[in-house]
Amino acid sequence: MSETAEAGPSPEEPPVVTREPHQWLGAALITPSLLFIGLLFLLPMGMTVWMSFHNWPLLGEPRFIGLENFSELMGDRRFWSSIRFTALYTVLVTSAIFLVAFPLALLVDRPLRIAGFFRTIYFMPVVIGFGAAATLWTWLLNPDNGVFAELLLRSGLVDAAPRPTESFWPALIVVILMVVWKQAGFTMVILLTGLQSVPDDVTEAAKIDGAGPLARFVRVTLPLMRNSIILALVLNVTWSMLAFDQFFIITQGGPRNSTVTAVFSIYLQSFSSYRLGYGSAMSLVLLVILVAISAMQMAIVNFRKAPE
Amino acid sequence: MSDATFSESHADDIPLEATPAIDHVKRALYIILGFAIAAIFIMPIVWSVANSFKLPAETLSDPVRLIPRNVSLDNYRNLDTVGDGLWSFVRNSLFLAVGTVVVTLLIAVPAGYGFSKFRFPGQNVIFVVILATMMIPFQSILTPLFLILVKLRLANSLTGLVLIYVTFQLPFSIFMMRNAFDAVPKALIESARIDGASQWALMRRITLPLALPGVATVAMFAFLNSWNEFLAALIFLSQEEKFSLPVMLVNVTTGIRGMIDWGALQAGITITMVPCILLFLTLQRYYVRGLVAGAVK
Repeated sequence: MSETAEAGPSPEEPPVVTREPHQWLGAALITPSLLFIGLLFLLPMGMTVWMSFHNWPLLGEPRFIGLENFSELMGDRRFWSSIRFTALYTVLVTSAIFLVAFPLALLVDRPLRIAGFFRTIYFMPVVIGFGAAATLWTWLLNPDNGVFAELLLRSGLVDAAPRPTESFWPALIVVILMVVWKQAGFTMVILLTGLQSVPDDVTEAAKIDGAGPLARFVRVTLPLMRNSIILALVLNVTWSMLAFDQFFIITQGGPRNSTVTAVFSIYLQSFSSYRLGYGSAMSLVLLVILVAISAMQMAIVNFRKAPE
Repeated sequence: MSDATFSESHADDIPLEATPAIDHVKRALYIILGFAIAAIFIMPIVWSVANSFKLPAETLSDPVRLIPRNVSLDNYRNLDTVGDGLWSFVRNSLFLAVGTVVVTLLIAVPAGYGFSKFRFPGQNVIFVVILATMMIPFQSILTPLFLILVKLRLANSLTGLVLIYVTFQLPFSIFMMRNAFDAVPKALIESARIDGASQWALMRRITLPLALPGVATVAMFAFLNSWNEFLAALIFLSQEEKFSLPVMLVNVTTGIRGMIDWGALQAGITITMVPCILLFLTLQRYYVRGLVAGAVK
């Protein structure tokens, strides 16, 4: 990202700043924020690494055990299956969100009052939290007196209320449906800012050159809104890799622990089994995977950018 | 997201030869489609709110009905049998959200001002480090945070949770505030200084009022994120009397004494959702500004 370019004081900065008499005041103004970030972010970051080399129970003395946590982790079938499940979920939910959000962005990209109204409505579920959204869907989906069961029964499509959380694929699919409902509006807005950053005269020029609507969209609009697409992709992938609330609440990890995500398994090790060292080792592995995915996404962007 | 929010808008690609009649049909189809999709997005919310006002028995027997046969607050009253009662959860959530907003502003506004209007050694490195923390998810440092809170005697305390929420709000907020102060014209500051304005007067009278939209954005994100946060609240709050609304909701879904009170759950969900929706509807242009700031970055 280009924040470094923005962060650097440009040489042509007007004289006001250089004549600023109280340099120390600037440093003083940022000190409280450094205290917070140092104590509650950088310190725990370092502690995660330190703790991962220890057998660290909640009560009692931590014991240094070198790389034992990591060697145990290598053979931990449950952990790796949670990572595999999280990856599967990430691919499916990110694709589903894009499949819904892209048409929505095109739909609301109109200079009409009503399009603004639609944007607001489609975005609304984004601002309610995952906790409320997931409990709401738990109710909608419950077979005894949920709205969906009632609607399906009344329409005569089914004879018995479906129990989606009792087998793997239906459970995964209803969670994905919930997340698409809740998050599609967010991706829609990001894509919309991309669509609106494409200058009209560029698409006009392509039109005059005889490009059809589809060719214009694929060859002109899509490449020009690349930054928004990448941003939406990176955010959706990161959030999905960190998924916890929706599975903890809707499927409770079931059936038979098949929908336990990576963060869920860290939660279970650290705060249910109280193996804090082992939980830290898991956190580090997840962090490495996340950083690798982001780096890969960045590398792909830069690779595509190079020929220009 | 009113039209004013998205200043640039594309003209419709309506072919020149299109007759007004076809235009009308196209427009009608567009509106019908738009409303149909809107219904999908809004119905789950409407169902929850509608059921929260039914008699508990009707919530169970006829969840689909949108207008309650008898409007009743029994579902809300039943929440009082959960833990310390509805108001205790609302109070806790308000404490978390308002606390996070206030402390975040108290720290991020001066920091953004410091980064924008001053030059001091190490400034750029520090700023990049602060931004880099945005890429590290708080989920990966929960375990040590728990130990630190225990050491600070802030485990199982709302104040401790506020401190954590503030920390994870800071990178975005400082970035937002620096940009807001950067947008204040330098000439304005210069002339005020020539007129003899002190540093404090400069910030309070000139820069801060102009940076107010940034403050609104920061405050709104801090409120929504802390009001809705679930995982850290679940881990760091261990007594029912400290639970926030999302934690309470999940406790209701897993059942109290083996029974799930679906009606009370709808009341709880409604109370959790509605403030967020109202806040968004009134301040949505600041919300979008925050998203776009992220997009530009």
